[in-house]
Amino acid sequence: MTAVDRIEVCETPLDVAAEYTALQGNSGDGACALFVGSVRDFNAGSDVCGLALEHYPGMTEKSLQRIINDARDRWSLGRVTIVHRVGPMQINDEIVFVGVTSPHRQAAFAACQYIMDRLKTEAPFWKREAVADKSGNPSERWVEARASDAAEMEKWSAG
Amino acid sequence: MVKVLFFARLRQQLGMGEITLKDFSGSLSELRKTLCEQHPDWSPHLQRDDIRMALNQELAETGAQVKAGDEVAFFPPVTGG
Repeated sequence: MTAVDRIEVCETPLDVAAEYTALQGNSGDGACALFVGSVRDFNAGSDVCGLALEHYPGMTEKSLQRIINDARDRWSLGRVTIVHRVGPMQINDEIVFVGVTSPHRQAAFAACQYIMDRLKTEAPFWKREAVADKSGNPSERWVEARASDAAEMEKWSAG
Repeated sequence: MVKVLFFARLRQQLGMGEITLKDFSGSLSELRKTLCEQHPDWSPHLQRDDIRMALNQELAETGAQVKAGDEVAFFPPVTGG
């Protein structure tokens, strides 16, 4: 019996193809939903040149496991994978991979979105962006939490 | 002894990532008050409404009770994913 939950926090690039293969292979499930988040080249009106991610080792893994456990309470899921990158990253690098298998697509889609919505509001990761102003002068700033992320999470409590 | 951790913007503002408190017992809000009494310049950062708290690596409310050997963390709202 292969492990059904995979949680990893890593400083190396994500291998999306390998994660999908491991997740879907011989699972017996008919549905697999994936979400991959990447570094954008803009945020809050500025050009973003790079990103660094900090996390809280220990709490991060516990937090992600709790989120997966709660998703399993809501839907019938096969395998669940969360891989989150930390440390310095470049534009277009993948930051996060969430993959879920299930007998049916509705559960896979919903669980994938639920896991991302929870992750965005409670898993202890923080982004720091390297930005350039209109004159090209570089600086760094911590990314502020977005009210829209909290609103997305609220929908799950209401429903 | 209670281990207290700070992360991200808050870590930079306070100028440190970790501090230990000897002989503390009480709630998380009392722990925060103690830290602000010891470091008055921390108050504007540590007392912000958006600062989250964790007790033994689980998100916790201000009333949660802290005892010797516990690990407490303060941090700004999370922004991963």
